[in-house]
Amino acid sequence: MSGEHDEVRVPQRVSTPLTAPYWEAAEKGNLLVQVCIDCGRLQLYPGAVCRGCWSEHLRWRSVEGSGTVWTTTVAEVPGHPAWRDAVPYCIAIVELDEGPRLLTNIVGCDPYAVGVRQRVRLVRAGDHEPGPPLRFMPC
Amino acid sequence: MSGTAIVGIAELPPRRSTPGTTTLELLAKVAVAAVADAGLDHLQIDGLVCGPQVGETPQHVPATVAEYLGLRPRYAGMVDLGGATAAAMVWRAGAAIAAGMCTTVLCLLANSRDPAAPRRSPNRNPIREFDVPYGASGANQAYAMVAQRHMADFGTTTEQLMCVPVKERENAQLNPDAVFHGRTITLEDVRRSPMVMAPLHQLEMVMPCGGGAALVVTSAERARDLAHPLVAMLGAGEAVTHRALSQAPSLTTSPLAAAIDQAYRQAAIGPNDLDLLAAYDCYSILLPITVEDAGLCDKGEGGPWVAEHDFSIASRLPINPHGGQLACGQADLSGGMGHVVEAVRQLRGAAGARQVPNAELALVTGNGATFSEEVALVLAAGER
Repeated sequence: MSGEHDEVRVPQRVSTPLTAPYWEAAEKGNLLVQVCIDCGRLQLYPGAVCRGCWSEHLRWRSVEGSGTVWTTTVAEVPGHPAWRDAVPYCIAIVELDEGPRLLTNIVGCDPYAVGVRQRVRLVRAGDHEPGPPLRFMPC
Repeated sequence: MSGTAIVGIAELPPRRSTPGTTTLELLAKVAVAAVADAGLDHLQIDGLVCGPQVGETPQHVPATVAEYLGLRPRYAGMVDLGGATAAAMVWRAGAAIAAGMCTTVLCLLANSRDPAAPRRSPNRNPIREFDVPYGASGANQAYAMVAQRHMADFGTTTEQLMCVPVKERENAQLNPDAVFHGRTITLEDVRRSPMVMAPLHQLEMVMPCGGGAALVVTSAERARDLAHPLVAMLGAGEAVTHRALSQAPSLTTSPLAAAIDQAYRQAAIGPNDLDLLAAYDCYSILLPITVEDAGLCDKGEGGPWVAEHDFSIASRLPINPHGGQLACGQADLSGGMGHVVEAVRQLRGAAGARQVPNAELALVTGNGATFSEEVALVLAAGER
């Protein structure tokens, strides 16, 4: 069984030409959201149209990355075996001060100490740290 | 859609594994049983609705199933609404009949299961790109986050959530087909089961199984001449709002509220008229939110309500007399059909030892993804 365990890899990042700028900025520590040029709506995740008005005129905007925890959980048994050694870890949905919400991890604290409505801020992963480049930590 | 009736039901008991069988084979078995239950010949089936068959038949599902069963339907479709699929099939079948496309529809769901060879379908969608990299795969984490917000906003307690599987197991002791028949549990058992995604323990989550279920839907007019007392669909509602939990309009009011409201209005009934609630229950948190969204209590009161409420057949409003999926096991999408089948059984007066006395009106709910794709049906004993 341990051999099988070793072979489980973290799923590789997927992106599309449309979403590539989001990940490129994230690698540099910047969080981008999409802004609809026609209605002003901000959105995450990025898509091909504004989910409010269906405009295709979207541009990128960098946001500061502060927000509040919309909801949270602590993974003790991960949904994917590649995270078996990472437990317990915090999965949360953060509502940015600008409005859009994104799923993320809250790091740098006891995962059980994270609560709904807690203030959090963006944190960039270290250069050789595995996983997504951007996460959040308590303010 | 009044004039739609469910005249045939069948289930294969959920089992942890179905070694050596294919989904098509299970579909065939349960189809034969449902059509026989309706007292019909398979040549009278002229409509077919199927569900997704991940890993076995990625495309052309209705044609593959029709061919395998020797059917030549005049209406063939697939519904892909997760746990709401079964309930969604019923009103679609009624709509196809009302549109003159066919007369008698077979709604069919099954899933073979080999725990040693899980079927994974590689996604390339926003959840895969934006959620999975954070270790957020599968449904457990999403329902845990729904529960966490309900607790934070309304003071719902883990004890209130944990009593849901306890009560459903109790009901399942009258259902020999339930995976957990003969195995009641206590709050302490739930508390001591492994924490999977806080605040949800393992015993607050469904047990994945293989199995199948089927329904035969026809017009009320045709139903009058058939074997069983007629069970009519009086109302239906459907609402789809999101897929990724981050995009949900609300974590505490689900799209079930709109779906149930529409089903009530079509049926011209309200929550106080119900004799039975067949509530979709893949996790403990489903019950508090469902009873709130069904208007059985105020928003936020679902925790205390489920803790105090009697789920048994002696109750003024029994909930899932068969034990629900938490006690029966979840045979993939056919687990959701189990709620429809149980409601039909009860409304026929054919539920045997677990018959709800004088059951005339039932609300059935279906839930897919994470409170994402929701369907409600109001079913009645006889025509109105």
